[in-house]
Amino acid sequence: MSGFDYQLLVIGAGPAGMAAAQTAARHGVEVTVIDEQANPGGQIYRNVDASPLADIGLLGKDYVFGRQLVQGFRHAPIDYHANSALWYLDSSGELGIVEEGVHHSARAQSIVIACGAQERPMPFPGWDKAGVMTAGAGQILMKSAAMVPAQAPVLAGSGPLLLLLAWQYLRAGLKIRALVDTSPRGVHWSALRHMPSALAAGDYLFKGLQLVTAIKRARVPWYRGADNLCAEGDERLAAISFDCSGKKHRIETPLLMVHQGVIPSTQVTAAAGCETEWNEAQQCWHPSVDDWGESSQPGIFVAGDAAGIAGARAAWLSGQLAGLQVARQLRRLEPVQRDRLALRIRNARARHLSIRPFLDRYYRLPDAALIPRDETLACRCEEVTVAEIRALAAAGCSGPNQAKAFTRCGMGPCQGRFCGSTVEQIFARETATSPQQVGCYNVRPPLKPVTLGQIAKKENQNE
Amino acid sequence: MFKLLDSSARQVLIELDGAEVSVPADISVAAALLYLDCLPLRHSAISGAARAPFCMMGICFECLVEIDGDRDQRACQLMVRPGMRLRRQLAPAQGAGA
Repeated sequence: MSGFDYQLLVIGAGPAGMAAAQTAARHGVEVTVIDEQANPGGQIYRNVDASPLADIGLLGKDYVFGRQLVQGFRHAPIDYHANSALWYLDSSGELGIVEEGVHHSARAQSIVIACGAQERPMPFPGWDKAGVMTAGAGQILMKSAAMVPAQAPVLAGSGPLLLLLAWQYLRAGLKIRALVDTSPRGVHWSALRHMPSALAAGDYLFKGLQLVTAIKRARVPWYRGADNLCAEGDERLAAISFDCSGKKHRIETPLLMVHQGVIPSTQVTAAAGCETEWNEAQQCWHPSVDDWGESSQPGIFVAGDAAGIAGARAAWLSGQLAGLQVARQLRRLEPVQRDRLALRIRNARARHLSIRPFLDRYYRLPDAALIPRDETLACRCEEVTVAEIRALAAAGCSGPNQAKAFTRCGMGPCQGRFCGSTVEQIFARETATSPQQVGCYNVRPPLKPVTLGQIAKKENQNE
Repeated sequence: MFKLLDSSARQVLIELDGAEVSVPADISVAAALLYLDCLPLRHSAISGAARAPFCMMGICFECLVEIDGDRDQRACQLMVRPGMRLRRQLAPAQGAGA
């Protein structure tokens, strides 16, 4: 008796998870995939083969590309569980899953964590107001509900996704009230030294240019180098204000969509006890992994953006590499076969990765810009301000985890997903160190909501 | 606050704060509430601040509503069902008990 319920459990059905599952299954591994959504695709290819949109081409070619990946996944011999969330995982490989409201615990011989990314929190005064949403939320509403803003929205922040959303809204026939671009002026020039390597992935550059050209052609008011963004309103958002080119601006709007890049989702890997490292180029944490995506925990792999931001195409390829190595570890592949298959995948992945140094630099925010003004809520859940965290750091508080104990920041329902990066930056600056030295929040289950009733029901039903 | 790109989508009847309303079928509860433009969805437990859907992917917990008697359900993670009873988690001063 092996004592395992799964040979390979893949967590997440985005590009990395789908690829890992298909690759391992192709070599004879029994694969189970759990995913929180109703359909495979992850956030990037969400609902791509089950779209409510009359024409998914509205969202662009990169989205449509995902359809063949999802369809290939659906036809592969994989035990796929939609609407299933992982709420518990520890370093011994013990798991807790809630599927359609029913809990069960299990053990897996190999695990591929492919939880993707989340948007980097973009705190500013009023970012918690009703009517402020993320750009990703705007995309999800298009992909899952064919819904767009009823009135011309204001978009604010920086990063490719913000421009993509603007471009998609324009294609849907919407007007954009304003694009409030918070990337500091001049920062883009420093990216030019990465241009030679970026040219190897010229399609990314071309696509970026297309977005910018379309937004300019639509005469969207584009406020570059904007600063001091602030949202006003009582029961809901009424207006935003910001400074740009030495002038103060105020725009009345019921809807503001914000974005400043994406960071890996590290909750699951942290819970599994995988070692993490600070990536200074991407200003985020990610798990340390080897060439195949295996983490510091033997048999636990991390594929796709959860292991570092590299985009959907690279995620698909890193999932394949993890799938090959899982098959090798389970004795379904000889090393020589594995290496032969991996060669082409590695070459293709290297091409997609060649754009990253340029993009990381082009959209890099100065560390100071990651620390909002004092009155800003750092932690939305427990309503802890930036000033409170700064005062703690100045008073000698040892770091983010002790700050939790003093203020409850990071202890609300989002479990630090929307304040962790801010709190780390505040501690790093106040103590003149780096996030690497400051450290990050410890993660504890439940990773996703589960009721005591759901757990108890399972225990009682044990045969 | 949000509209459908195709207004011919099938509709279902649900109950919101005691009143029957029609919303598009096959969308999340949070999407339906944005379609109805009934912000905020709740007042925070700490200061009573007004909150509404933020991330739409199940990680910010801002869109919590009461669904069929169960409080604190993530509206963005659940689909609308005919006859579903929704209640916004508003502070009493805002007329939640109406």
